[in-house]
Amino acid sequence: MTAKLKTYFKSQTNAAPLAVFRMLFGIMMLYSIVRFWYHGWINTLYIEPKFHFSYYGFEWIQPLGIYTNLLFSVAGLSALFVAIGYKYRFAIVVFFLSFTYIELMDKTTYLNHYYFISVLSFVMIFLPANAFFSVDAYTRKIAFQSVPKWTIDSVKLLLAMVYFYAGLAKINSDWLFKAMPLKIWLPSKYDMPILGTHIMQEEWFHFAMSWSGMLYDLCIPFLLLYRKTRGFAFLLVVVFHVFTRVLFPIGMFPFIMIVSTLIFFDAGLHLKIIAILKRLLKAMGVFKPIEVTSHPMIPKFQRFSAAILTLFFAFQLLLPFRYVVYPGELFWTEEGYRFSWRVMLMEKMGYTTFKIVDKVSGEAFIVNNSDFLTVFQEKEMSTQPDFILEYAHFLGDHFAAQGHKNIQVFAESYVALNGRRSQPFIDKTVDLYQEQESFKPKTWILPFNDEIKGL
Amino acid sequence: MIKKVISIVVLALIIVSCSSSDSDSPDAPSGTSDNFDRQAMLVYWADAIIMPVLDDVNSELEALVQAKDAFVSTPNQANLEGLRTAWLSAYKVWQYAEMFNVGKADEIGYYKQMNIYPTNIILIESNISNGSYDLGNSGNNAAVGFPALDYLLFGVATTDADIVAIYSTSVNASNYTTYLSDVVNKMKMLTETVVASWNSGYRADYVNRSGNSQTSAVNETVNDFVNYYERGLRSAKFGIPAGVFSNNPLPEKVEGYYSKVYSKELATEALAAVEAFFIGNAYNSTTTGPSLKAYLEYLNKSDISSSVLTQFGQAQNGIQVLNPNFNQQIQNDNSKMTLVYDALQIGVVLLKVDMLQAFQIQLDQGYVDNDGD
Repeated sequence: MTAKLKTYFKSQTNAAPLAVFRMLFGIMMLYSIVRFWYHGWINTLYIEPKFHFSYYGFEWIQPLGIYTNLLFSVAGLSALFVAIGYKYRFAIVVFFLSFTYIELMDKTTYLNHYYFISVLSFVMIFLPANAFFSVDAYTRKIAFQSVPKWTIDSVKLLLAMVYFYAGLAKINSDWLFKAMPLKIWLPSKYDMPILGTHIMQEEWFHFAMSWSGMLYDLCIPFLLLYRKTRGFAFLLVVVFHVFTRVLFPIGMFPFIMIVSTLIFFDAGLHLKIIAILKRLLKAMGVFKPIEVTSHPMIPKFQRFSAAILTLFFAFQLLLPFRYVVYPGELFWTEEGYRFSWRVMLMEKMGYTTFKIVDKVSGEAFIVNNSDFLTVFQEKEMSTQPDFILEYAHFLGDHFAAQGHKNIQVFAESYVALNGRRSQPFIDKTVDLYQEQESFKPKTWILPFNDEIKGL
Repeated sequence: MIKKVISIVVLALIIVSCSSSDSDSPDAPSGTSDNFDRQAMLVYWADAIIMPVLDDVNSELEALVQAKDAFVSTPNQANLEGLRTAWLSAYKVWQYAEMFNVGKADEIGYYKQMNIYPTNIILIESNISNGSYDLGNSGNNAAVGFPALDYLLFGVATTDADIVAIYSTSVNASNYTTYLSDVVNKMKMLTETVVASWNSGYRADYVNRSGNSQTSAVNETVNDFVNYYERGLRSAKFGIPAGVFSNNPLPEKVEGYYSKVYSKELATEALAAVEAFFIGNAYNSTTTGPSLKAYLEYLNKSDISSSVLTQFGQAQNGIQVLNPNFNQQIQNDNSKMTLVYDALQIGVVLLKVDMLQAFQIQLDQGYVDNDGD
């Protein structure tokens, strides 16, 4: 076993797939940042709101006011450097830090695929992605034809993990036996050309999509790994992601996944892509051939890097299962829901109001949420207990600073999950101002009067 | 291999770029129909509800202008009463129109210039004594519309004789008459603008935006309806004056504060208007057509629509026992006001959570990326 592991860690593979992956990743990230800026979201999501929802333990990470734009520029610039492979190690570290900082500024914008980007860019810090076809290779006047096999495999493992866990999460009774939430989502696409008014309205289609979505997520990593099924698997990847892109507003995620899965292909494909790019560069007169060595590029501190990544993957494999230690229905309480590749599983809507009470005089009033939150923040806050608690504390502090005394904060909340009728969500008799955020179960979440079976 | 891969990727990009998915994408072409025909609903809303209501507001305001002209030329008790009657009649019809904040109405800030209360009497008085003002400026929203008239016709002095005197014999009489006249004319002009836009092309645009995107007419109208119910009806008429949002009741913030006795009548009309739209009653008629209720029933969610109607009924019952003068009601027994608020509040949850989830209509949040968590 250890001997096998040793030979595995010593085995080499062609560096081209990693080089192509690096370029496509950098370009996608640069485009994502520019797109974010172009839509004005830096302003509307990070600069304009009066209050930001923080992750537990990361309250010290806040938007930087007008300098938030600078932060995005740094992320965009480092993504460009990653793409061209210039000062790669430094660039990917900067990208990881700036992108992750952006994600930590406000959890309202949490998306699994942003988390995926943070995780992936962390992994990439330890990979010699500038070995081949990079500005770094050009400046050091030598390109390495091969890299340790584990470096490319770690990217594959991460992709496989994302798909497989997304598939596991779909094994639940709402998804498989009620076709929820697709049964709500698909018919609302009645304005789609051709398909909208017919197939999208059919119940069998909702079930077919639920089941095939689950099977797709569970199987695609294996279909991509086996050479014989790889071409077909890639076709599936494209069809699946294009279809979800057409149906749902999921931004850049489909494209990122489509180009990422190219890493499963053999070096032949990537060498051809590089050959085309070389021809282009030559035509533009900016390409000078450099020495290529068949020696592998071994990452600095290879043992250390491999050890870090092993620990990191072990952590990633366990993290999605943390929900089992919480009582109650995961979809209802969302304790242990995030960072677990649970994608497109819930249709959840809520309405939550807060009452500020003077404990002594009994005087009370209800807060107008739009005085403090954007529409988007209010929507996300209304269905997620950790948001509700954090906002309750913000309100308590705000009104205390205004001179109110003996403050109690109560929330009245109604939430509807996956087509069920709305029902009370938060215990309205509990003073949330006295409750503290922690990893412990939140006892003031009212029970979900139904059961969703499954993983 | 590479050719295959490239051609797949290119094909995918073409499909994606041709498909509609971002919020700014154009709506699907009209004429599509599944079993529930949203375009028919929009046509019905436009032709049987919205345009007839606006036409009626317009003719009510025509009568108001005439009554005002009569009063301005001959300020006496009889003409004051005639003007007040026309004002109340128009104000009640207005309760049916306020929720339709679409198109031109939204663009020019129609409702904000028609019914922002409490009205700002300091601002009104300073406008009058200065004699120069731009009533269309949003800074004057609280100095125009029905609430300003409420003050000008009932509140500028204590007795009717004194009020008539303000417009006839007082030092500033001509300034008062001019302001009164300008406010009424402005309301008429705004309404004509909105009506004209419906008659000259906006209707066609409205009924053709039958898709499901943030710019579609169904989404816009439903969002406006829900917002009006929450803000215009629940908060403004009940919650705010009853002190739900403040430490103490604020009885001076009721609708029709200066005329005193009409706040209940106006609120009753407003809730009736909300209910009629939900059920799909044609304006001033019991004929029904495609509606939110019918749409919910089509989606097998008639339990939601019946809960909504139950809530409307409870709120309407709660209103019936109130004093015609909400200001008095709040001072005598505010709990009866908050009971109505509570009944309306349950309705907010039903409309905003259960109904919008069933329709998959998103609130306008200016941000579209989502992976469904």
